[in-house]
Amino acid sequence: MALSIVHRATGLALYFGTLLLAWWLIAAATGPTAYANVQAFTGSAIGKLIVFGYTWALMHHLCSGIRHFVWDLGYGFKVNEREALTWGALVAGIALTVLVWIIAYAVGGGR
Amino acid sequence: MSGPSSMRTPLERVRGLGSAHTGTSDFWRQRLTAVAMTLLIVPVIVVVIMLIGRNHAGAAQILGSIPIAIILLLFIVASVWHMKIGMQVVIEDYIHNEKLKIASVMANNFFCVAVALASIYAILKLSSGV
Repeated sequence: MALSIVHRATGLALYFGTLLLAWWLIAAATGPTAYANVQAFTGSAIGKLIVFGYTWALMHHLCSGIRHFVWDLGYGFKVNEREALTWGALVAGIALTVLVWIIAYAVGGGR
Repeated sequence: MSGPSSMRTPLERVRGLGSAHTGTSDFWRQRLTAVAMTLLIVPVIVVVIMLIGRNHAGAAQILGSIPIAIILLLFIVASVWHMKIGMQVVIEDYIHNEKLKIASVMANNFFCVAVALASIYAILKLSSGV
């Protein structure tokens, strides 16, 4: 498995994704028109795709990072353990992304 | 200088001479901020979901409440610090031209400080209700 580069790639994506987070907060502090612009973007097809991608990058980087914690603590270095941790991080990252979006739609979809 | 007449300890003489110049502080801070974000991720996602579908007035009210502002401020500080170190590692891994490397590290610092201050300013402004 070559997922260490994916950890780095998702980290880079999140780095530039913070611009979206900063834009959203600044718009909220600016006023209704600026905030409506952000909502128009995040509500569009491309905006939703970017936010979905951002969610996955965050969840994958989190799970993959937890895998690094396990290694930092000195566990999980056997071949089968490494494989299990890596696949676990990949699957958990995707599962958490889907879960967050289901909850988001269930809670916020009707508003 | 390094003879028996020196009053500096052997550790003091070699400190800072490694390739990273500052030892393991970035390694430690990368883990520290990672643990902080692991603890903060659930509250942060809850806050974001609370805001979905709300208009500006509703969102501004939620973002300006004290516990939510503090959660977001903690998350912003941890994440920007984390990404500053992460990007610097990537730069040091792939950019070998010394001048370009220094310029990139500088740009990385500027970007991260700008994102942090802009976000923190926005939250403080929402909290003060002006």
